[in-house]
Amino acid sequence: MAAISRDDVAHLAKLARIEMTPAELDHMASELEQILGAVKRVQEVATSDIAPTSHPLSMSNVFRDDVVKPSLTNEEALSGAPAKADERFKVPQILGEE
Amino acid sequence: MTLDYKAATEKYEPTLGLEVHVELNTNSKMFCSCATEFGASPNTQTCPVCLGLPGALPVVNGKAIESTILIGLALNCSIAPYSRFARKNYFYPDMPKNFQTSQYDEPICVDGYLDVEIETDEGPKVFRVDIERVHMEEDTGKSLHVGGSTGRIHGAEYSLLDYNRAGIPLVEIVTRIIPGTGKYAPQVARAYVTQLRDILRSLGVSDVKMEQGSLRCDANVSLAPIGSGLLGTRSETKNVNSLRSVERALTGEIERQANRLEAGERIIQETRHFLEESGLTRPGRSKEQAEDYRYFPEPDLVPVTPDAKWIEELRAKLPENPADRRKRLQKEWNVPDSEMNSLINAELVDVVEETIKLGAEPTRARTWWLGEISRLANEKEVAPTSLISTAFVAEIIALITSGDLTDKLARQVVEGVVNGEGSPKDVIEKRGLKVVSDDSALMVAIEAAIAAQPDTAERIRGGNIPAAGALIGAVMKATGGQADASKVRELLLKHLGQG
Amino acid sequence: MTNIHSTAADMASALAAKEISSIELTKQHLDRIASVDGKINAFLHIDNAGALEQAEAIDKKRASGEKLSPLAGVPIAVKDILAQKGIPTTAGSKILEGWRPPYDSTVVAKLKAAGVVILGKTNMDEFAMGSSTENSAYGTTQNPWDLTRTPGGSSGGSAAAVAAFEAPLAIGTDTGGSIRQPAALTGIVGVKPTYGAVSRYGVVAYSSSLDQVGPFARTVLDTALLHEAIAGHDERDSTSINAPVPQVVTAAKRLDVKGMKIGVIKELSGSGFQAGVSARIAESIELLVAAGAEIVEVSCPNFEYALAAYYLIAPSEASSNLARFDSMRYGLRVGDDGSRGAEEVMSATREAGFGKEVKRRIILGTYALSSGYYDAYYGSAQKVRTLVKQDFDNAFAKADVLISPVTPTTAFKIGEKSDDPVAMYLSDIATIPVNMAGIGGMSLPVGLADEDGLPVGLQIMAPVMQDDRFYRVGGTLEAALLSKWGQPILSKAPDLAVQK
Ligand SMILES: [Mg+2]
Ligand SMILES: [Zn+2]
Repeated sequence: MAAISRDDVAHLAKLARIEMTPAELDHMASELEQILGAVKRVQEVATSDIAPTSHPLSMSNVFRDDVVKPSLTNEEALSGAPAKADERFKVPQILGEE
Repeated sequence: MTLDYKAATEKYEPTLGLEVHVELNTNSKMFCSCATEFGASPNTQTCPVCLGLPGALPVVNGKAIESTILIGLALNCSIAPYSRFARKNYFYPDMPKNFQTSQYDEPICVDGYLDVEIETDEGPKVFRVDIERVHMEEDTGKSLHVGGSTGRIHGAEYSLLDYNRAGIPLVEIVTRIIPGTGKYAPQVARAYVTQLRDILRSLGVSDVKMEQGSLRCDANVSLAPIGSGLLGTRSETKNVNSLRSVERALTGEIERQANRLEAGERIIQETRHFLEESGLTRPGRSKEQAEDYRYFPEPDLVPVTPDAKWIEELRAKLPENPADRRKRLQKEWNVPDSEMNSLINAELVDVVEETIKLGAEPTRARTWWLGEISRLANEKEVAPTSLISTAFVAEIIALITSGDLTDKLARQVVEGVVNGEGSPKDVIEKRGLKVVSDDSALMVAIEAAIAAQPDTAERIRGGNIPAAGALIGAVMKATGGQADASKVRELLLKHLGQG
Repeated sequence: MTNIHSTAADMASALAAKEISSIELTKQHLDRIASVDGKINAFLHIDNAGALEQAEAIDKKRASGEKLSPLAGVPIAVKDILAQKGIPTTAGSKILEGWRPPYDSTVVAKLKAAGVVILGKTNMDEFAMGSSTENSAYGTTQNPWDLTRTPGGSSGGSAAAVAAFEAPLAIGTDTGGSIRQPAALTGIVGVKPTYGAVSRYGVVAYSSSLDQVGPFARTVLDTALLHEAIAGHDERDSTSINAPVPQVVTAAKRLDVKGMKIGVIKELSGSGFQAGVSARIAESIELLVAAGAEIVEVSCPNFEYALAAYYLIAPSEASSNLARFDSMRYGLRVGDDGSRGAEEVMSATREAGFGKEVKRRIILGTYALSSGYYDAYYGSAQKVRTLVKQDFDNAFAKADVLISPVTPTTAFKIGEKSDDPVAMYLSDIATIPVNMAGIGGMSLPVGLADEDGLPVGLQIMAPVMQDDRFYRVGGTLEAALLSKWGQPILSKAPDLAVQK
């Protein structure tokens, strides 16, 4: 496994929307490498003949009826909003895509 | 030098790909029980689940799954015995959880097709569009950009979010690449979306209103030199919100790409936005640095495993394919293409069929819906079907056929029904619109007319039959149009010794 | 005479017999919290007014002769990861500071419906990521047995509150051992029910396929009473099991293990475990044999990979679950000065609002799910999950329940492992396989380690939806230990008043 570089962590931090200083990136790179060194053990036994388990229960087809139930009020919906205006959540300008 | 569309498609072969998103018309959202009604005031159709509040969990709307399977069946897909939801992870403020609950490598429906017919230089031709997958996902909220000069995001001072639409069930229908359409690519795309829309409407699973966004099309196209066997870099055009725009956007994009290639430039893989005013596309976000969506199976939901019995029950519910049905009805009604197209464009095929089923004479059923009723609907700016029921129309037509109403009287009956005066019977009664068929009453009017125009009467007695028109007109006027003109004619001629 | 040292079952009978009112009982606990929580820091929010209001309402209902639930009027502490309408819910994170949910989690709704009096919300590792409660944004919780040690985590506040007699009952959540490990380190009983037995609706998600809500109490019977009050199918949680709740109260009262086969997991014994821990486990086995159980040795060879798999699966799911904390709709917002776009404000907020361990796990999970690494990491971890399940299936073919120590060591010092994430992760080595397989497990206090005088926990595990089995075994062993000791284990804990 290739070593984790500061750039790798910078890319991950961008994907995860966490701003990090160069010092934090360096620190995180070394910690991540240490942790990955420990967890890569899973590869020793994960052979191709083993089916993955993504969930502990083998349930399927859990559906609800298409029935409307009361929603929150506008006030309740916005009760935790850091900023609001015109019955909507007010957020900083959205850049990058229209 | 610039290539026009004709020159572009003589040199380059377009390859299409179409992704259509359809909002289902379920009562409640995909993963919660909030209402889906269009146009509610902001953030009044939200709950902990569709706001992505900490701790909230999704539960699948069974009706949405059923609708998706119906769509798959109508598009000749196989229904997967095992499918799962996945999380598509990316941050965007209109997406409350910052992941979209979607499907990835285990969609509900796969491997279907749709045959679409278009008019070519050599006559009608059928193109088969292969469907790769039909999968379920959820819609996002809506953002409103405030401040700035253009009202667009760039330059906006802040944005306002309304999550009423967040979590409305969406079905995504993805075609395989569609090769070999040549210069007809834009028409094939339009015909595909049109036919898809008709199928969805016939299934009753969506409102399919492109202008309201309940049907949205992303059109991918790439070019390669004809005969090269290569596949070019594609662009993806979004924001195409009418059938006409599908065709225009692709025509414009094919021209744009051809001219770039001519100029020795490469095509960038990117999302482009269609501009309704100019018919051109403009670049959006570049996908050169592909988003890493980190898909993984949604741990808060369990798999969907429809059994064969359920699928067959749904298959039995499938209505006749709209294109086949249209051909059948056109033949049954024996109408020319132009009239059939008028009915289709006015969305009147269903009501006409129903009116005929209720006993109305077919030609009258078509003319009344396309004519008088559509005219009134136009005036009031509503759909013809919202004005009057098929049962009432059938009733009125039956009265015309039996001679109890003239066309003129029938128009007044329709007007009365539309104005809320009650059933055709009520209107006829209240307005006294019965055809006058009592011979003695008519004779009084005829004698009065003869007395008023003795010269005309004399000419008729002398064998000038066409002169009868003037007297018949006078009788009709005198009876307020409620007489049966042919009856008047019969009585008049008899009275004057010409019967 | 009923007081804060009574069991919840005794409190319930005294309330039913009107020997004490819920108001009095609630006041006793609020007073206790006021006098000792400065040392323990078990609570993040104390709802004095709300608790007294609830108590008063129950007393009125009782006075009017209304039929009440078994635990009506008994106080409880709730881990701050469960949404409670109008009450601050932080999940131990700065990013949720001040958030008051507009809705109740299903478990909180059930507690309210049962008339259980909610005293307040308890401290925890931020978003349940940790094994010591040191990762809380609101300060660490101290172990009542020794204030210089951690109570374990992530439900450390709930465990400490029960051990310090601030509440007779508490709710925790367990993703990799977060109920069982703190129960063991504080000398109380803690249960992680079968996955899907208790609704997760309204529980701030850490790792959705592993998280499970469960009860803490000072006795097996009290734990069972609370288990029955919170368990059951919930149509708002798609992963909730639609089947009757196992008869755990009956099982806890049975006090008999004759003919039961108890499997001792070879890989979770011997080296790697503190001597005092192993000694107490060995004694427990003897007591069970004396009570008529048969001991069999079972092998779970893939457990050694479970820890590694856990530290891929949980962070992966967490990286997605925690994406919603972006400052747009609720919680902290940092850096919105009008010049920065939404994306920058999100990043600045998440930088400021998340603690070190949370960021570490988000980055790790983002890596494990990213294209090109998915198969090697997340995919492989899911295969290990299959192997761990197979190990359990094989073991349960030979035994009715399985036992092991809960933790390799007794309570460790605050700060001892906080700079070494991998060492900290090791404290969950015996509890994680249970979450991976979705089965249930109990942590039962079985004595004090000779070398440090700190509590030792025995883990008892049963197959999916057979949670009654570990209550039966736990109840029997608890009775045997009590008759041996003559008094409950917590009476050996040093007096908080003299601890500094
Ligand atoms: Mg999609
Ligand atoms: Zn909702």
